[in-house]
Amino acid sequence: MKRLTGGIVPLGAALVAFLFGAIMILTLGASPVEGLGAMIDGAFGTGDRVAATAVRATPLLLVGAGITIAFRASVINIGGEGQIIAGALLSTALALAIPDTPKVLLIPLVILAGIVGGGLWGAIPGVLKAYASVNEILSTIMLNIVAIQLMNYLLRGPMIDPVEVGTSRIPQTERLTDNAAFPTLIEGTRLHLGVPMAVLAAIIVYVILFRTPLGFRLRAVGHNPDAARAAGISVERNIVSALSMSGALCGLAGVVLVFGSESLRLVTDGGSAGFTGSAGFNGIVAALFGGLHPLWTIPSSFLFGSLLTGATELQRELQIPNALAIALNGLIVLFVVSSDKVRNWLDLRLDRSMSTPRSETAEAAVPLETDDLEEALEETT
Amino acid sequence: MEHAPLLTMRNITKTFPGVLANDDVSFDVHAGEVHTLLGENGAGKSTLMKILFGLYQPDSGEIRLRGEVASITSPTSAIEQRVGMVHQHFMLVPTLTVAENVALGLPSNRGFRTDLDAVSERIVEISEQYGLSVDPSIEIWKLSVGERQRVEIIKALYRDAELLVLDEPTAVLTPQEVDDLFVILRQMTANGTGIIFISHKLHEVLELSDRITVLRNGKVTGDTTPSETNRQQLAEMMVGREVKLAPDKPHVDLGLARLQLRDVSVKGDRGTIAVDGVSLDVHAGEIVGIAGVSGNGQRELAETIAGLRPAESGSSVTIDDADLTKAGPARTRAAGLAYVPEERMKDGAVGEFEVSENLLLINHGDPKFRRGPLFDFAKIREHCQRLVDQFSVKTPSLDTPTSSLSGGNIQKLIMARELDSRPSVILAAQPTRGVDIGAAEYIHSELIEQRNVGVAILMISEDLDEVLGLADRIAVMFEGRIVTVIDREAATREALGLAMAGG
Repeated sequence: MKRLTGGIVPLGAALVAFLFGAIMILTLGASPVEGLGAMIDGAFGTGDRVAATAVRATPLLLVGAGITIAFRASVINIGGEGQIIAGALLSTALALAIPDTPKVLLIPLVILAGIVGGGLWGAIPGVLKAYASVNEILSTIMLNIVAIQLMNYLLRGPMIDPVEVGTSRIPQTERLTDNAAFPTLIEGTRLHLGVPMAVLAAIIVYVILFRTPLGFRLRAVGHNPDAARAAGISVERNIVSALSMSGALCGLAGVVLVFGSESLRLVTDGGSAGFTGSAGFNGIVAALFGGLHPLWTIPSSFLFGSLLTGATELQRELQIPNALAIALNGLIVLFVVSSDKVRNWLDLRLDRSMSTPRSETAEAAVPLETDDLEEALEETT
Repeated sequence: MEHAPLLTMRNITKTFPGVLANDDVSFDVHAGEVHTLLGENGAGKSTLMKILFGLYQPDSGEIRLRGEVASITSPTSAIEQRVGMVHQHFMLVPTLTVAENVALGLPSNRGFRTDLDAVSERIVEISEQYGLSVDPSIEIWKLSVGERQRVEIIKALYRDAELLVLDEPTAVLTPQEVDDLFVILRQMTANGTGIIFISHKLHEVLELSDRITVLRNGKVTGDTTPSETNRQQLAEMMVGREVKLAPDKPHVDLGLARLQLRDVSVKGDRGTIAVDGVSLDVHAGEIVGIAGVSGNGQRELAETIAGLRPAESGSSVTIDDADLTKAGPARTRAAGLAYVPEERMKDGAVGEFEVSENLLLINHGDPKFRRGPLFDFAKIREHCQRLVDQFSVKTPSLDTPTSSLSGGNIQKLIMARELDSRPSVILAAQPTRGVDIGAAEYIHSELIEQRNVGVAILMISEDLDEVLGLADRIAVMFEGRIVTVIDREAATREALGLAMAGG
């Protein structure tokens, strides 16, 4: 019974969110049916659009997979944005420094640089939390701001495109070497190496979390640090590991955003989400919607990716601002979180009504396996 | 009808799908008596009380209050009919005062404004009447556990409860607080209150009760009075078979000192000295029991031995001559310590983890459970199934979330995990607290088994019966010091009690 509601509730929440979206489209004077049609068309209408959706979903998936590691260890990593930037900056700097390295070597190297950059940026709040009890929510958010300003400085100064120096001074690097560009997998679409890489990363995260001693320790520390410590597991080391691994995957998302882009450069607009497009936050949403399960984060990320590409088409076809996608994003989170409260309330009612035993209350009487999403939301709220 | 019982529950039957929770249970309470409900976890005590409190409706049977058929449909209607309940886990708001907590949920006489002065006055009256001595203006968080329990009792009395249910009220109290509580309860019965006392501590039940009803598997298996029975009989009524309250202990020759504590001093959570210069040797083949009222440094001492709490300089902790004074839990365990912590759900097991995962908590890194970098689940299942069978942990499956097992089975799981590590020293804190009799019997026999094969065991327990039944030597802790060490043969309950009180 609980398992059933566990799957249905988030989908129901998404449906209700779309219903609200429809009302918003209505108030903007357009037809919701046409709007939905435009969104679906925009996200999946042609092979190229499906590829574009997959590309949009890739950073969300990488960040989401990283977030599941941190959240499973009860570390709330809100620093995806900063970790993306750290990974992007280090890998970009490497590509600028050794542009003539052959492709087979340079691509793995920039990927590694991104992992190291994001991992180190994540390790900072990890060490602060483990050894100085600094709240990681605050430190990761603060480090987002530090990373953004560091990027703005570097892109306006040391790393700026020489062409921009005397002219408009757009904060961007020069076009990076083609030797570092992610190869396109299907000719004529934008589907690049980053897409299968992200899916693979999510699978690896699943394997690490549930099939290795490292993941066992991370989850033990996440559920009950006292028992983990008494059993000889180092809580401090695992907190640092969780945030480093989480940051490394976000850093990888930064690599994808630079070396998978058509412009092939690190470019921002000076604003907070200029480079990342808020992938560091949307990835958290995708992970939560996926019940903090790395494998469920895959379809979840593609859903949110399709929302983003669909909204672009919505704007083009019906002149509805693509901010609607952001609103839908928020509504889905809101409904998923609150529907969990509704479900708790329902469960309570079921418990009470046990005085008239019915078949469906049978399972309420025996303890059931905790549902993943329920667990996830309890940990985060 | 001059002396109709305060409460009559007649032929109560309550089924849940697949479970007969109460099977034709009849139970009554007269004004002015303490009627104890005794039974193991799952015997049906809680269900019966939830029916009385309106949380469940019985399938059949009737409830009469003061001779009249009563319909109790919710906790509110129970309170209106002057039934009060003191839950095992207190229902108090820590940041509010005593008076505010008592008034919570009741209408004020002054409309929107609170009426706390009147409430406080009434609390003082009740306190004086029953000797409860609680200051109505103090915040709950400043009170000790015993005082909080008194606030719960006041809450019920304030609502004019004539019948009071106390659900395992002594589980959280020190022996001194238990004595105080019993004085209060006797005062209440003298004033005509009827009390339902739920407990499984046999000597308390015998001390306090006027009548005792024993439940097992939903049925009444005994209806007796303290003068007609004894601990042994009560235990057998609860368990349904012969039990050994005092296990057999063969003679074992003492070996070398395996655990050595020298001048161990430890600071507590508040930064003051909690353990003050403790020196103690535990030899191969003996069980040393540490007796004492909780809060006298036992917890801190155990945590220091386990490597979880740093010792002050000058202290020394060694196991088999390995110096572990500054070692963390991992190194201490590697040196041969098995640790059964006092709070099993906090320090002993991860509630959300499956049974198999908790069995693996201390040795999940062992290469024999891996194939390459990944877990070898076939081997893990085989290992865990063997432990579950060997230690008769009752669980539906190895994948069951540990928190859904009973306390006794969780403790058996922890024992299985710890003893499987083939320790040279076992540190067991409150090994059978809150555990049913069958499981306690089993845990005791396992500890003695380990002692017989040359393991050194340090057992910390507040339960004097447990210490007297198991230990070869008994050390009494008071205010952070070991005040006396007595051989079991020379120990008497009276002498230990005196030492525990610092005398």
